[in-house]
Amino acid sequence: MRALIALAAGALFGAGLALSGMADPARVRAFLDLFGAWDPTLAFVMGGAILPMALAWRIRPRMDRPLADEAFVLPETRTLDGRLAIGAILFGAGWGLGGLCPGPAIASLVLYPLSVAPFLLAMGAGFALHRFTIR
Amino acid sequence: MIGSLFPEAQPLAGFAGGLMIGLAAAIMLLGLGRIAGVSGLAARAIGLSDGGPPRLVALAFIAGLPLGALLVAFVQGGVAAQFPSLPVIVIAGLLVGYGTRLGSGCTSGHGVCGLSRLSRRSLVATALFMGSGFATIAGLRAGGLI
Repeated sequence: MRALIALAAGALFGAGLALSGMADPARVRAFLDLFGAWDPTLAFVMGGAILPMALAWRIRPRMDRPLADEAFVLPETRTLDGRLAIGAILFGAGWGLGGLCPGPAIASLVLYPLSVAPFLLAMGAGFALHRFTIR
Repeated sequence: MIGSLFPEAQPLAGFAGGLMIGLAAAIMLLGLGRIAGVSGLAARAIGLSDGGPPRLVALAFIAGLPLGALLVAFVQGGVAAQFPSLPVIVIAGLLVGYGTRLGSGCTSGHGVCGLSRLSRRSLVATALFMGSGFATIAGLRAGGLI
């Protein structure tokens, strides 16, 4: 049941990415291209996505537990540190270079397997590099 | 008005797609008590993270992503995409993979789920990865690479 809910949520997420144009690296790069033909679409996507989530965060404290699971398991770290900053900067550089972040890359796997597979393999290698070097 | 200023922009489709993304994240939060952070769930799904939901749940969410994109492609007759060259895509993938794990999140976890929670860490991370993305493209432009 939980896996089915996650599958449905993933499909809705992937459909949203495809509909919004965020599965197109050229469009994402155009948002990041302030000195070129700037395309603000990504800002509308972000705005649209934050709206239901802001509501969900307001509802959450009124719930003892999630609708289909035993407990909320949410990030509680509050401290800012170098890892957060350096990680975000490295991610941003890769995001700008490729025009892809993890969601759209995975969502495009069936539609554009040959273009996206090298990105996903490299991304997996990046995950592994972090896993086996950072304690 | 946006259409005349930015002919390439798709504000309506963007906003509608964004609502779907946010709704999906809300289902993960209120239904399963979890953050819909794609980098973390992907790492969990392939066994490279100890945190997060049970592996089957992570795998199911990750498998749903291409399924949803495929549905949209059927309905609208394809999903447009232009990719950079292979070497660029490989370097980008490495940076995205390592960076998102080190920084504990990507556009979905920090950008969508964290910003809407007013998390200070996510606010900082999002400002930094956006800034870094802007700087990277500006650098490519300055170097005559685009």
